[in-house]
Amino acid sequence: MATVRLSNISKTYPNGAKAVHPTSFDIADGELIVLVGPSGCGKSTLLRMVAGLEDITTGELSIGERIVNTLDPAERDIAMVFQNYALYPHMTVGKNMAYGLKNRGIDKATIAAKVDTAAQMLNLTEYLDRRPSQLSGGQRQRVAMGRAIVRDPALFLFDEPLSNLDAKLRNQMRIEIRALQRRLNTTAMYVTHDQVEAMTMADRIVVLNGGQVEQIGTPSEIYRAPASTFVASFMGAPPMNLIPAHYNGNGTVAVGSLSLPIARPADHKGEVVLGIRPEDATIGGTTPFKLDLIEELGANRLLHGTIDGNAFTVNAPNDDQPLATDLTLSLPNDTLHLFHGESGVRL
Amino acid sequence: MTDTTLSMPVQVAPRGRRIRLSVIGDHFVLILGALFMMAPIYMTLTTASHENLTIHREGLQFLFGGELLNNFDAAMFGQGGFSGEITGMSMLKNSLILGMGFALGKIVLSMMAAYAIVYFRLRFATFAFWVIFTTLLLPLEVRIVPSYEVITGLGLANTYTGLIVPLLASATGTFFFRQYFLSIPEELVEAARIDGAGPVKFFIDILVPLSRTMIAAIFIVMFVYGWNQYLWPTLITTDEGLYTLVRGIKQIRQSLAESNQIPAYGQAMALSIIAILPPVLIVVFLQNWFIKGLVESDK
Repeated sequence: MATVRLSNISKTYPNGAKAVHPTSFDIADGELIVLVGPSGCGKSTLLRMVAGLEDITTGELSIGERIVNTLDPAERDIAMVFQNYALYPHMTVGKNMAYGLKNRGIDKATIAAKVDTAAQMLNLTEYLDRRPSQLSGGQRQRVAMGRAIVRDPALFLFDEPLSNLDAKLRNQMRIEIRALQRRLNTTAMYVTHDQVEAMTMADRIVVLNGGQVEQIGTPSEIYRAPASTFVASFMGAPPMNLIPAHYNGNGTVAVGSLSLPIARPADHKGEVVLGIRPEDATIGGTTPFKLDLIEELGANRLLHGTIDGNAFTVNAPNDDQPLATDLTLSLPNDTLHLFHGESGVRL
Repeated sequence: MTDTTLSMPVQVAPRGRRIRLSVIGDHFVLILGALFMMAPIYMTLTTASHENLTIHREGLQFLFGGELLNNFDAAMFGQGGFSGEITGMSMLKNSLILGMGFALGKIVLSMMAAYAIVYFRLRFATFAFWVIFTTLLLPLEVRIVPSYEVITGLGLANTYTGLIVPLLASATGTFFFRQYFLSIPEELVEAARIDGAGPVKFFIDILVPLSRTMIAAIFIVMFVYGWNQYLWPTLITTDEGLYTLVRGIKQIRQSLAESNQIPAYGQAMALSIIAILPPVLIVVFLQNWFIKGLVESDK
């Protein structure tokens, strides 16, 4: 249990490639923060720098009260769960969990007690004498969790821990990890490329793109007020519709020949990008929409089509009614997001 | 091997399956091949069961005679050589020391070399590896004169050290271990680092147990290779007390032939059988490990 503070942490590889631009944020005690972004955005590098597996080029990292920049991973009081579990294949589940404690010179009785507690917590008691290869993917992931728990660390680090599991198990483990982290009240840093995982698990999300932080906020902040077109299109499924438009400062946005009123005026005049979440648009209104394709999702259906030649998706409740190709949509003005035409920054 | 987790599926042929002609053909070829390979060993054994005189007069024997035990007894426990100091047992001991020392030494050395090359950020690690690898082009036979010079210069002639150490550097072993280490996932190293395992602990606690099938496979190859060494032991051991079986067999026969006696053919044949046995036994008993080491990674 500790607060973690990253101040101006950056990573430049010896070949000059900048993986992470100076980044600063704090993780509060007991908070689970999710780093999310497309592959190559630097989220894993950032996590590995916190873990001590990667050198920090500039900046200062503190876990608890200590500055840990130069400490070995083992001395940072952290535990990490890897994507491919990284269990020692030749050791039993029990020994896998005990290995870190053994190396710290903790006496056997204490280790056994800790391993037992963790195994009970994770329903692994009957598997303690098995080897990782005799376990299923979900069980292995739990062993990896157990190995992290027994160390009773100040900080949990998760490096895409669920991406090797199938979809159903992933949902289940997501809940288990979240519940466990809450229960232990241990600060955690969680890396994923899956925005659903990020939205469902995080206390706060850090969205990264190209080694830079695009936005830091709670899941609902990120969803309600994405800071840029990148965040808008990355977070949310299906992604937000982004349409190039023109804003002349008089309270309406022009999309081709259409004119849409906006709720609050913006400072920037000229080229803008108009963003509308698929679930915010409803059928029946004044905006003409040409329907091309329907994707059935069960309770909902996705209507793919165009508004004035721009691709547009609507997430509508499924009422099993056939739809004409020429529809009208209502786009409530308080759900419209405006972004700068060039920089993509929210206006 | 209680810790085997991925047991090989045992193929059980369903009973009453029709035997196809091709199967018969395959087995015919296999049996013929086996017989062809086994025949010399059989003849060695049969010949070892006759008196020297019979062998001297009639050549190799195809049927068993009555002297088998006597010949083996004489070969193993009878005094031989110029000095009369060596027995089959002492040569067997020397051979085992050479085979074991050779195999274990090579494994330890090449494993550590591979460990250094793969896991440590050495300057020129790749270059070092290729330098080691090119020593494959310089087997002992090529560098035998300088090697001999060095070893005698160090006063190591006629010692076990002199016998074993010059043969220990192994590019093949280093290569195999390097390839194996490269296939071990990076995360395992990182997990061990977070678990507080330093370089030595990681090597002993993680790498060595993980490589055990690999070690067994290389041990087999290297033991047989070391056991069969002939040229280097011949050069470096002039003291009969250090003779190995492989070179001793010839020596016994030769030394007796040079005096006006009938060579001890029977004993030589008996020693040949003894010399064949340990490598065969090792391969027979460790073949499971050998195959696992080559095909299975167990990661």
